[in-house]
Amino acid sequence: MIFALVGNQNSGKTTLFNTLTGSNQHVGNFPGITVDQKVGEMRLAKGCSVVDLPGIYSIRPYSMEEIVTRDFILNQKPDGIINIVDATNIERNLYLTLQLLELHIPMVLALNMMDEVRGNGGTINISAMSKAIGIPVIPISASKNEGISELVDRITDIAKKRIYPSVLDFCQPGPVHRCIHSVSHMIEDHAERNDISARFAATKLIEGDQSFAEKLGLSQNEMETIEHSVSEMEHEYGMDRNAALADMRYSFIEDVCDEAVVKCKESREHKRSVKIDRILTGRYLALPMFFAIMIVIFWLTFGVFGSFLVDLLSQGIETLTNLVDLGLTNYGINPVVHSLVIDGIFAGVGSVLSFLPIIVVLFFFLSILEDTGYMARVAFVMDKLLRKIGLSGRSFVPMLIGFGCTVPAIMATRTLSSERDRRMTIFLTPFMSCSAKIPIYAVFSIAFFPGHSALVMIILYFFGMLIGIIAALVLNMTLFKGNPIPFVMELPNYRMPSLKSVFMLVWYKAKDFLQRAFTVIFLATIIIWFLGAFDARLNSVTNNADSLLAAIGQFIVPVFVPIGLGDWRISTSIIAGLSAKEAVVSTMSVLLGTSMEGLSVSLGSLFTPLSACSFLVFTLLYTPCIAAIATIRRELGSRVQTLGMVLLQCIIAWVCAFAIYQIGNMIF
Amino acid sequence: MTLNKIPIGKSGIITGVGGKNELRLRLLDMGLVPKTKVTIQKIAPMGDPIEIMIRGYELTIRIADAEMIEVEEAEDNAYDICSCGKSK
Repeated sequence: MIFALVGNQNSGKTTLFNTLTGSNQHVGNFPGITVDQKVGEMRLAKGCSVVDLPGIYSIRPYSMEEIVTRDFILNQKPDGIINIVDATNIERNLYLTLQLLELHIPMVLALNMMDEVRGNGGTINISAMSKAIGIPVIPISASKNEGISELVDRITDIAKKRIYPSVLDFCQPGPVHRCIHSVSHMIEDHAERNDISARFAATKLIEGDQSFAEKLGLSQNEMETIEHSVSEMEHEYGMDRNAALADMRYSFIEDVCDEAVVKCKESREHKRSVKIDRILTGRYLALPMFFAIMIVIFWLTFGVFGSFLVDLLSQGIETLTNLVDLGLTNYGINPVVHSLVIDGIFAGVGSVLSFLPIIVVLFFFLSILEDTGYMARVAFVMDKLLRKIGLSGRSFVPMLIGFGCTVPAIMATRTLSSERDRRMTIFLTPFMSCSAKIPIYAVFSIAFFPGHSALVMIILYFFGMLIGIIAALVLNMTLFKGNPIPFVMELPNYRMPSLKSVFMLVWYKAKDFLQRAFTVIFLATIIIWFLGAFDARLNSVTNNADSLLAAIGQFIVPVFVPIGLGDWRISTSIIAGLSAKEAVVSTMSVLLGTSMEGLSVSLGSLFTPLSACSFLVFTLLYTPCIAAIATIRRELGSRVQTLGMVLLQCIIAWVCAFAIYQIGNMIF
Repeated sequence: MTLNKIPIGKSGIITGVGGKNELRLRLLDMGLVPKTKVTIQKIAPMGDPIEIMIRGYELTIRIADAEMIEVEEAEDNAYDICSCGKSK
């Protein structure tokens, strides 16, 4: 059996999903659904799996998340719906519940954060509520693992017995009631034939969702009758169709709450939240606090934990490399194979692997910011700023994640409901320097600007953002004309993040990175080793300059001469950076025939401080790695646009590097 | 009167929700329907957007969008999370 997990954002959905499934999660794709969804085996019910659908507030055909949820439920016909509801915010959460009930699918309501409600002296009469909305209501606490087994028992039970929601009428007798009933009666046959709940289709038709007219195959005549009945209702009720339906749902919810919910006075969590907000979103403190938080995170990531763990890991890798080297030499293996293993695989993959700790630590902090509710505050504080470049505060979060890794950042643009905002954010995200570029900056600043590494990095980061802003302003006036999406966003109470969720996320990021390290990057290092070790006649070369790679590098060198990078080893490293940004440095070390430690020293022979600047700016801005390009392609849904974006980014990078190199040459 | 005219800490009762297309639907979905009580909580550091309290939770909307929401002044301005949104 398969269950859909549906709920509002900030309702604890991901925590519940993790509690339900443990580590048995994978990404599933479903026919007819454009976006991959997380699926997990349920720990407490053998043979049952649950799909984690995106967090939504309503089922409208506007944002991608809403469409995904709607299509999943309509096309996949899950055996049951687990609707998670935040008990501390019950009215708005039930709004989605009422729409889900109309789908006519066995459903259980998981009333999350009941511990918080009780802790503040509130109560919810579970049986009264269950009776009012016609489905089982199970109080749970996803983070404390309370009520989970009962939830699983109930959903599997009602799914097996196919017990449908028993209440469908949320309307007081009156014009709205009459309208819904006459429409749903009229389309009943169509709905049955197409296996869609008539009630759900009726409300969607009244709301004006045209896709249902097609799905049901309604005739022009029938559409007109519906339209007539709706405008009659609008006239009689004194509200337009959308306001009337929203009003109907909220009135019903108010009645349910009056009967079943005793709310407390202002909750402890809210009081605490207001206090924290006085500092984090206060008039004078908000921006300094934001930058302070980001600096502390970057300092902890790259300074404290990062460097320590990276050193530890690279030492381990070096020891292993030496051991294997010794073993292979003693065994007397063919020198070409020896070179493949030591110079190709161990050097390439090893250098990339040593950055795993940085990615893990950064994602650890970013997911804490997300889970505590701070990211929403960032959007609140930054909205005005981002509006200047034609976006909303919500685009800030994906861009922020872009500093960690472009891939998840681009995936995070799914929370944006307008295509225009999404495309523009996707385009801008690569300008936020990703963490994989850090080794490049690190090696170069050690070599050319010793003692000023931090300053060099900060300058580069800000330069990337600056170029992004300029690009946004230009795009706003040209390619992306139009209005940004409405900015209507919940500010949830601050919460302690669930460490389990944070660690699971970090684990997935680490796994993803390792997978890339051993697939894309592994392959790339072997290809680059091969190109570097052989010439066009497949003879193994002793001098790198005779190799195939040198030939390719030589071929494109002319492009890089004007920006001061006229050496095939540089152009080759830049190409290698397409596979993954970490590969820029590893390729350079392979081509220069040095270890990672010795690289800083050997770079002096290849760059002047000025051409090093040009190189840094070029690598900062040019096209993101293959994995990111693949993600962009998936999210944009267009090969042409993706290609255009990649080219544009390369051009911008080249122009900036050119300006810096030429102006620098004039000055020095 | 429109929602953006209400001073910080004071409340109003929604009488009508304007705005176009998606914006309006979002506002309605988030619970800004007529007869609901709204309290202005604060203004963002840069002067926009604003934070409002509605149905016991906090929501942020832009001032330009708040101008689309018609309200009448609520008699009781005291902080009141208990009300189910109804003006009783």
